[in-house]
Amino acid sequence: MATIQHDVVNRLGRNFSALTSWIDERFPMTKLIKEHATEYYASKNFNFWYGFGVLATVVLVLQIVTGILLTMNYKPSAAEAFASVEYIMRDVDWGWLIRYLHSTGASAFFIVVYLHMFRAMMYGSYKKPRELIWLIGMAIYLCMMAEGFFGYLLPWGNMSYWGAQVIVSLFGAVPVIGEGLAEWIRGDFYISDITLNRFFAFHVIAVPLMLVLLVVVHIMALHEVGSNNPDGIEIKERKGPDGVPLDGVAFHPYHTTKDLVIILVFAILFSAVVFFAPEMGGYFLEHANFDPANTLQTPEHIAPVWYFTPFYAILRAVPNKLLGVVLMGLAVVLPIFLPWLDRCKVKSIRYRGWIFKVALWTFVFSFLFLGYLGLQPVSDTFTMLARVFTFTYFSFFVLMPFYTSWEKPKPVPDRVT
Amino acid sequence: MKSKAALFVFCVAFGSAVLAQHAGDGGLHLEPANTDVSDTASLQRGAKYFVNYCLGCHSAQYVRYNRLGADLDLTEAQLVENIMFTGERPFDTMTNAMNPVDAARWFGVAPPDLSLISRSRGTDYLYNFLRGFYKDESALSGTNNLWLANTAMPHVLWELQGIRTAVFSEPGADAAGLPQFEHFEPVSPGTLNEEEYDELVRDIVTFLDYIGEPMQLERRALGVRVIGFLLIFLLIAYMLKREVWKDVH
Repeated sequence: MATIQHDVVNRLGRNFSALTSWIDERFPMTKLIKEHATEYYASKNFNFWYGFGVLATVVLVLQIVTGILLTMNYKPSAAEAFASVEYIMRDVDWGWLIRYLHSTGASAFFIVVYLHMFRAMMYGSYKKPRELIWLIGMAIYLCMMAEGFFGYLLPWGNMSYWGAQVIVSLFGAVPVIGEGLAEWIRGDFYISDITLNRFFAFHVIAVPLMLVLLVVVHIMALHEVGSNNPDGIEIKERKGPDGVPLDGVAFHPYHTTKDLVIILVFAILFSAVVFFAPEMGGYFLEHANFDPANTLQTPEHIAPVWYFTPFYAILRAVPNKLLGVVLMGLAVVLPIFLPWLDRCKVKSIRYRGWIFKVALWTFVFSFLFLGYLGLQPVSDTFTMLARVFTFTYFSFFVLMPFYTSWEKPKPVPDRVT
Repeated sequence: MKSKAALFVFCVAFGSAVLAQHAGDGGLHLEPANTDVSDTASLQRGAKYFVNYCLGCHSAQYVRYNRLGADLDLTEAQLVENIMFTGERPFDTMTNAMNPVDAARWFGVAPPDLSLISRSRGTDYLYNFLRGFYKDESALSGTNNLWLANTAMPHVLWELQGIRTAVFSEPGADAAGLPQFEHFEPVSPGTLNEEEYDELVRDIVTFLDYIGEPMQLERRALGVRVIGFLLIFLLIAYMLKREVWKDVH
């Protein structure tokens, strides 16, 4: 009995390896698995900040899958869009779950990506040799912003409508061609059925294609140079006799099992929102968006979704519209230059001088406070505060070449701690 | 250590800014509606009041009668007898015969669809709005509302609540120089006393809360099971991780 079973297992094993080598002769399957999983070595001392990359990937997949399911019942037309969303919420089997996963996923995507970016700033992950990873990452972030903006119009609620109206009208501030540009984006003189159709096209095809492509390139570049770590040490510089970095462990099975734990913790928090607070107090799904788009009546108070509000606060802080748009745009793109603005050779915040720590926390505080201000109605005090934090936000970047060259870092250890 | 101190300073500053903002809201305060959508009896009463008092002018165009029956424990016969008065079929949605163009001519504005009103305005607002009508000869319908000044909506429930007037303080009482609401004064009593009327309004708002998101009870029940499953999965995944990482030092 036992020998027969043994024989079957042996044969299956032989057939499997025959299949593997058949594929390997035609496609680098085993090579890819080794390069990206079983023989990709990443530092063993990753802390929880290193979980947000994999979480971003998980959320991207979630958004794509739920997005595909939503398009099966969503109707991209001004006359039907709002009703089709309610149809999904009420009449489609599990439609409400798919919709809440998608709407919560949008906010979760920005939360994990903001934390992922903050991790890179804390541990100097944008520095040589990872500048290109940072640049690709910023391109992903810009795509996400476009994706979020296009997607927000689709439910055709009143906030969708007026939010899009306000944002597109910003292009009108561009001298000479402004009005024509805004009209070209809308395809009409105001946000209309035509605009909804093209935003749908961008949201479900154009931008997601770019996102997926950029994410693949981001990971390829990462695996080429290797992951950073909380000590900011290049683990490849110290290898054992077998050529494996002394402080590295294979991505699979070590980091995959660790990531599974991280993904499950995230899934629990995510489910808590989806099942118990899908509106998240009006921040993930805004109350005014439960009224259908009304061309004649603006919502009481137009505010973009929370992940855009730091930049919206900067826009409102500037009295001149064109200058406001320029500063807002600059605020979005300035982080691109971090690898060259930061003159300090030491990567990790653990070994950097106090001056950078102060600067980084000032930046984080400014960003969050601007985000809060962007959600509030305009008042004199708030406008004043927004100006102060706009100033500190920009100072972080503009003054960086100076304060990072004066900085006195601590000695960096040879091995990870 | 420094970063922890910075985080603390940040939390305190951020928290106090938020608090300062909310402490500044003056004037009227919403009384909580305290609706409970798991209270089927309240939902059934709310549905009855809704079709009797609201549906004449307001539709609930995304709500299907048969879904209502299933969620509110009503048989089709009970639906026909108590909810569906004008020959609707069970799979129809709650629409009415009012032409929006006529409605806009009569009231100045077409009465909004109420399917999602609880989600756009909030249940507390609706509860206070329906309890906020008072007699005002200068208003188009003869009644005004404390929560939506010069509303086009007449006081549909006046026979139940009775007629009241509102007393405002003299102009200049607050910083902006605007009159502040002080209290209501009864003119003639209705068929219900104040507690009974509040209960009736609460039933209507509970019903509006339910139709805003009919799957909300199902959503929470499923959430408990999903999170329970994930917690068990997490325990197993954590044990797997520990096993795999045993030899890493």
